[in-house]
Amino acid sequence: MRVLLVDDEEELVATLAERLSFRGIDADWATSGEDALRKVETQTYDLAILDVRIPKMSGLKLKKILERKCPAMKFIFMTGHGSEEDFKTGSAEAGAKYYLVKPIDIEELIKKMNEIIQG
Amino acid sequence: MAAGPHEKQFNFRRMWKLTVFFTAGVALIPLVFLTIVNYHVTQRSIESENLLRTARLVSNTRRSIFFFFAERRAALDFIARQDNFAALNEPGALEQILKNLKHSFGGFTDLGLIDPLGNQRNYTGPFKLLGKNYSEQDWYREVCKREVYISDVFLGFREVPHIVIAVKRKLPNGSFYIIRATLDTKKFDDLLSGLEMGGQGDAFIINREGTLQTPSLYHGKVLEKLSLPVPEYAPKTRVFEEINSNGVPLIIGYRYITETPFILMVVKHKQELMKSWYETKIELLFFLGISIIVILGVVIWMATYLVNKIFLADQTRIATLHQVEYANKMASIGRLAAGVAHEVNNPLAIINEKAGLIKDLFTFKKEHTGDEKLIGLVDAILSSVRRAGAITKRLLSFSRHMDVNIQTMDVGEVIKEVLGFLVKEAEYRSITVSVEAPDAVPQIESDRGKLQEILLNLINNAFSAMEDGGHLEVTVRCTHQDSVSVTVTDDGCGIPEADLKRVYEPFFSTKTKKGGTGLGLSITYGLVQEIGGTISVKSKVGKGTSFTVTLPLKVGNRRG
Repeated sequence: MRVLLVDDEEELVATLAERLSFRGIDADWATSGEDALRKVETQTYDLAILDVRIPKMSGLKLKKILERKCPAMKFIFMTGHGSEEDFKTGSAEAGAKYYLVKPIDIEELIKKMNEIIQG
Repeated sequence: MAAGPHEKQFNFRRMWKLTVFFTAGVALIPLVFLTIVNYHVTQRSIESENLLRTARLVSNTRRSIFFFFAERRAALDFIARQDNFAALNEPGALEQILKNLKHSFGGFTDLGLIDPLGNQRNYTGPFKLLGKNYSEQDWYREVCKREVYISDVFLGFREVPHIVIAVKRKLPNGSFYIIRATLDTKKFDDLLSGLEMGGQGDAFIINREGTLQTPSLYHGKVLEKLSLPVPEYAPKTRVFEEINSNGVPLIIGYRYITETPFILMVVKHKQELMKSWYETKIELLFFLGISIIVILGVVIWMATYLVNKIFLADQTRIATLHQVEYANKMASIGRLAAGVAHEVNNPLAIINEKAGLIKDLFTFKKEHTGDEKLIGLVDAILSSVRRAGAITKRLLSFSRHMDVNIQTMDVGEVIKEVLGFLVKEAEYRSITVSVEAPDAVPQIESDRGKLQEILLNLINNAFSAMEDGGHLEVTVRCTHQDSVSVTVTDDGCGIPEADLKRVYEPFFSTKTKKGGTGLGLSITYGLVQEIGGTISVKSKVGKGTSFTVTLPLKVGNRRG
């Protein structure tokens, strides 16, 4: 499975991508919405893991664009913030089950990824 | 309740005093003023009525007395004119006339005929006065001059008071003769004593020297000197007030009776006359007193009632303000907590991933494997991150108002579910748990997950407050028509009074050393609010603590 990670914290996404690759998951990462859109031009991904808050383009907006471009793509949201506003919109978009609050346990994340791909 | 800027907005004691003062003033001042005016007007009118009545009595009595004398004088005048001197001088002539006079008028004692030289030429009566010469006497000179004479009263025959009346008959030849009669004063006295007078009234006659001519009830006997001064001459009836030598106020009416030496006097005791007024006065004052007491009573009752109402309203206002303040405080703390959690979560996530990566490297790359000590250190980092993450997640859930997922449930069942998680711990610590959930308690509509979390938090707290072998009691009651309450009571260490106000504040914890975060009760508080309930706490140090959560039967009942 190919995964695209999008978060403005490069340290986070780069490390997470490396850790996923140790576990046999092909992970790519982007630190902005534009970067992510460029990536999907050349690659195909089964799944995108998006931060709700990324600069310029919100994770939700990015999800809408990606959905249009790659209808088969699945989405998981993660957030560092727990405001009610974010939670309502985020969980409405992705379902409360696929709305994860940082810090995220990697085994948990992989479990969710498998669930969403199969399900 | 804590003192705040909302207290002491009104000074209720002062408000009560002002209300009583002004209301009583407005009600009582006109009443008292009217009563005083009425008092004076009535007293004055009764006084002048008394004076007027006395004057009328004097006037009427004078008329009777004047008429009494005029009548008798006219009778003598008639006799003098009817017969000539010779006829009257016949022996026995006067006997018949005296007999007729006694019969027709009464009161005549004797009758005499006197010639111009003052000799009594003919006489009939009880004395031997025939031939007596009066020419040297005052009355004789008086009657010669004025043609009529009425004497003062004197003690005559058998010590009975008498009056002399004499009339002169002029003859055409210039000569004259006089007819003289003596009257006893009984008729006269009867006239005065027959007067109806209230108030120790006394009517009598005096002469101009102040000697009593008729008996008086209170001011002396006949021919004694009157104890009061002789009133000055006035052509008409006069009434005045005077205080006698004993200090008794009197009302005195008098009239000089023309053609006689007499003064008619009527003397009354003022206090006797005013007696009915004094009774009325007491009634008036009694009425005033009762009115003042009733008005004051009503005013004080009203003021107390109203000020109490305002006081209660104010208390409610203060309580509401405190509640709003508390809710605002909790909301601010929630926002702050969310902010902190967010800021901490991102670096925490990086630490998590970096440490995870180090561990992965040890696990997956052969060149890094084998250093058990480093793996132990990484595990320690990861476990700390998990702990920190747990705190920030709880912080977020405290601040976050998650969508409420409503379903119908039995509160007793939820309690049993929650206790299911804790059965092992209870057994291990030999804590006895009793649940009282009567079937009569209706099912409620609420969020099951939130209710579970609330109960779990409360029961967990109770467990940590209790020593091993303690007793936990969970009771469900239908407290109100539209609410159900769950009470969790432990017999643990209790919460000091000073801390009770702060138990719902985030990070307020007394068991931080034992790993408490101080967020449990604040999260519980937030959850209870979300499902439209209220939470309250009672505690006694050393006896135990009891938390009561009251939940509406339907969530919509409480949330607008």
